[in-house]
Amino acid sequence: MRFATILGAVGFATAVLTGGLSTAAHADALERITKEKVLRVAVPQDFPPFGSVGTDMKPVGYDIDTATLLAKEMGAKVELVPVTSANRVPYLTTGKVDLIISSLGKNAEREKVIDFSAAYAPFYNGVFGPDSVKAETVADLDGKTVGVTRGSVEDIELSKVISDKVNVRRYEDNNGTISAFLSGQVELVATGNVVAAAILERKPPRLPNLKFLVKNSPCFIGLGKDEGPLLEKVNAILAKAKTDGSLAAIAEKWLHAPLPKDL
Amino acid sequence: MAYTFDFSSLWDYAPVLVHGVATTVGLTVAGTVLGVGIGIAGAAARSSGNRPLRIAVGAYVELIRNTPFLVQLFFIFFGLPSLGIRMPEWAAAILAMVINLGAYSTEIIRAGIDATPKGQVEAGASLGMTGPQIFRYIILGPAMGKIWPALSSQIVIVMLGSSVCSQIATEELSFAANFIQSRNFRPFEAYFLATALYLALAVGVRWLLARMGHRMFMKGAARA
Repeated sequence: MRFATILGAVGFATAVLTGGLSTAAHADALERITKEKVLRVAVPQDFPPFGSVGTDMKPVGYDIDTATLLAKEMGAKVELVPVTSANRVPYLTTGKVDLIISSLGKNAEREKVIDFSAAYAPFYNGVFGPDSVKAETVADLDGKTVGVTRGSVEDIELSKVISDKVNVRRYEDNNGTISAFLSGQVELVATGNVVAAAILERKPPRLPNLKFLVKNSPCFIGLGKDEGPLLEKVNAILAKAKTDGSLAAIAEKWLHAPLPKDL
Repeated sequence: MAYTFDFSSLWDYAPVLVHGVATTVGLTVAGTVLGVGIGIAGAAARSSGNRPLRIAVGAYVELIRNTPFLVQLFFIFFGLPSLGIRMPEWAAAILAMVINLGAYSTEIIRAGIDATPKGQVEAGASLGMTGPQIFRYIILGPAMGKIWPALSSQIVIVMLGSSVCSQIATEELSFAANFIQSRNFRPFEAYFLATALYLALAVGVRWLLARMGHRMFMKGAARA
């Protein structure tokens, strides 16, 4: 209780110092959510498995399930607002939504305008392959063939660290890379966990299981600046969801992979 | 719309380009030699008296000439592994080019054979030449001479078509250009250079084939 009071005071002081009246005016999002019992969340509708439109025209996905989970914990009804990756931050900064749960990555520019919760979803590029191929580190790739989509983040990052003993096959697009992996033309594939999940979904004969991470950039929930109480609440719910397995269930459902321990 | 060219950024990638040009040339040479070989055999089969053989070769020619090269390439590289037939991308590229040029050159060479007057064949037979001898010395030579320009064009088309092989990660010239522009974000320069190199290669191949054709067939054609 005392901690909350102090935090509230700090939050108030920060609000006064940095933003003055206008910031302070919408620094009560949690209060409004509890009063109106509606949590407005910006979700993707064009980015499976995080968010896409289902057969009944309703958005479904990892982000939507996370939004529903948060709303339930807050005792509110979830109101899903479909956004694009370009307009999701403006939706939040103009107060049209309370949270962005839209596979949002953290970067310095975004941190200037919005706040971030703890990570809620894994998003990484890695090397994937069937269990029969042993590869735990970059050094293990020597002498193996690895398929990758040319010019992608994983291509650039992997090319920096591998030795020239690795036989990298670079394909024009994700389809080529996936086909090469599924047909066994390459032993391993470097791609995003989302792509690997999409392949696992179809249960092919060659399963792309994670070997090791190439670049990790997990997703965070975006909140308005100086929404101290809401941020605290969201982080508390996420922490609980991580321990009681409800977030792991969402990960298993949409990504077909366990939640990384360090998330 | 002023655009400032910056070719200096390509210099770092010179080894990639050299490798790309060498691969394109290698694919073309292998594809041409084997493809024209299949073409000659196919044309001989199509002009032979063996009806099942004629039909089989005809089916091959129609199948290849009426499907896209890219699909043929994907069939070999991504499809055949399902049957346990797996080959590296360069082998798949050469195989696709050989099969493709084989079908087209079968038709081209057959046209040349059809244009050989029947009387010449009869003249050969009356001199006591065997069937293979007649084909080799009387039919094939003048036939190749007649269709050499058309065959040369097809070889150039196949060489330019090898750019499609970049889709299965064959590291030829188009792959090199795609690779470079994905790294230095200078697509105009990369493709400008690739275009120039293809043009130079095509002109070079045409010149070489014209010289070869002149040496091999001109004297014979004059006599024919």
